Amino acid sequence: MTMTVERHTASAAGGEERECAVRLDHVTKSFGSRRVLDDISLDVAEGRGFVILGRSGTGKSVALRHIVGLVRPDSGRVFVRGDEISALSGEPLARVRRQIGFLFQSAALFDSISVGENVAFPMRRHTPWPEAEIRDRVMAKLQSVGLDQDYEKMPGDLSGGMRKRAGLARAMALDPALLLVDEPSAGLDPITCEEIDELLLGLKQQQGTTLVVVTHNIPSARKLGDELVMLHEGRIAAQGPVQVLEQSDDPLVRAFMASSHSG
Amino acid sequence: MLELARSRAATHLASVGEFAVFAGNAARQSLVPPFELQETVRQLYELGLRSAPLIAASGLAVGVVLSMHTRASLERFGAESMIPAGLAMALVRETGPLTAGLLLSGRIGAGIGAELGAMRVTEQIDALEASAVDAFRYLVVTRVVACVIAVPILTTIMNFAGILGGFIAERAATGMSLGLYFERAFSLINATDYVPATMKTMVFGFLIATVSSFLGFNTTSGTEGVGRASTRAVVLSSISIIVANVVLVRLIFFLFPEAAG
Repeated sequence: MTMTVERHTASAAGGEERECAVRLDHVTKSFGSRRVLDDISLDVAEGRGFVILGRSGTGKSVALRHIVGLVRPDSGRVFVRGDEISALSGEPLARVRRQIGFLFQSAALFDSISVGENVAFPMRRHTPWPEAEIRDRVMAKLQSVGLDQDYEKMPGDLSGGMRKRAGLARAMALDPALLLVDEPSAGLDPITCEEIDELLLGLKQQQGTTLVVVTHNIPSARKLGDELVMLHEGRIAAQGPVQVLEQSDDPLVRAFMASSHSG
Repeated sequence: MLELARSRAATHLASVGEFAVFAGNAARQSLVPPFELQETVRQLYELGLRSAPLIAASGLAVGVVLSMHTRASLERFGAESMIPAGLAMALVRETGPLTAGLLLSGRIGAGIGAELGAMRVTEQIDALEASAVDAFRYLVVTRVVACVIAVPILTTIMNFAGILGGFIAERAATGMSLGLYFERAFSLINATDYVPATMKTMVFGFLIATVSSFLGFNTTSGTEGVGRASTRAVVLSSISIIVANVVLVRLIFFLFPEAAG
C-alpha cells in the first residue's frame, strides 16, 4: 500500500490560510445509474466549522462517508489531514480513522453493550490506558453530554436525544482532531438540539476540533458553520460564509437559508 | 423470459462468487494475527455454551426414539443385546453429527444472520469501521472460529446425550444396568468411528458461520431485510450442511476405509 501524503492549505474566514483538515478533490460518486456526487471539490480548514447543507437526497451524508472512508469515490480523491484516505486500506486507513470521530444520524450505538461500554470501546481498542483511567475518561465524556448517571444503561433504554448525546460522547472518546456529524438535530426537540449545538461549538472553540456537520437545520448551521456549502443534485450550489449564501443569486439557496426549518 | 432467466442466473452466480471470496477471506484471516481473542471467547459462550442445553435435550430425545425404533427392529431377530452398540454406532457416525449440524444451523445461523443484519441496517457495522476497527475480522472471523471450535464439542455432547437417552429407554424396557449398557454401547466403537465423523462437523461449523455471516453482513432493505437474512441463513446453511455431508462421508470412506465397515 503506497501512502500519499499531501499538505494542503485552505482559506479560512478573514483570508487567513490554515492547514487543510479535509479536501475533496473532484469527487464523483454514483449508486447504480444515479449520480449522487458530481465533481465535488471542497476544502475544510483545520479548527473550523464546516456545514454541508441541502435538501434530502442531495448527497450530503455520502460526502461525509467519503471523508471517513466508508464510501470510495468513483473518481476523484479525498484527503484527511494530508493523507489520501480514498486510497488507503488496512492499518494505514485505521491510523487515519483514529483521528476522526463520527456521529451517525441514528447514533449507531452498539446495542449489545452499555452506554459506558460504548464510550469505552474506542479507548480499549486504541489506547494503552489502564481500566481505571478509561473509566474516569468515560465518566468525563458522559458528564460532558449530561449522561453521567447513565453509564450502565443499555442503548435500547435511551430516548432519541440521549442516544444522540451518547453517540457524541463515543465520537469524542479519543479527542479526535476531526469530528464528522451527520444530522445532529434530526428527530430531536429544539432544546436538545440547542444543547448538542452548544457541545459541538464548545469542542471547536475550546479544543480546536474541526467540525464537518451535515444538517438541514439553518439555526444550527448558522451557529456551527464558519463556512457553509449547499449541495443540490450532487453539485455545489453555493459555498462560503453564512452571509454569502444568504445573498446568493440562486433563489433556491436564498430560500433555503431563509427557512427556519429545525430538523 | 429467457433474458430474465439469464439475468437471474448471472445474479446468483455473482452471489456465489462473492460468497466464495467472503468465505476464503474468513478462512485466511482466522489463521493470521491479530486474533480477536476476547470477542472469540464471547462468541464461544454465546454460540457454543448457550447452545448446549438445546443440543443435550435434543440428543436425549433422539436417543430415546432411536432406541425404541431399534428395539422394534432387532426384537424380530432376537438381537436385542445389540441395541446399545447399534444405537451408539448410528449416533456417533452419522445421526449425532448431522442432527447437531442441522439444529445448530437453526439456532446459530438464525442468530448470526439476524444480529449482523440488524447491525448493518442500524449502521453499527459502519460505526465499527469508522472507529478504526476491522469489522470483518471483529464480527465475522470471530464467529467462524467460535463455530469451528464449538460445533464438534456440541456434537460430542449430542452423541453422549443420545447414548444416555438410549439407556433410559432400555432401562424402562428391560431394566438393564448402566454399566452393562455402556459396556455394550462402546464395545464396537473405535477412534475411526468417532474422530472423522466429529471432525467433519468443523466444516459444518465453518459453513453455518460463513453462510449466516455473509447474509447478515450484506443485509439491505431495513428490518424486512433482517428477517430475510435470518430465514435465508437457516435455509442455506442447512442445505449446505446436507450437501457437504454427502461429500464428507464419501471423503471419510476414502481416507478411512475401515470407517465404512
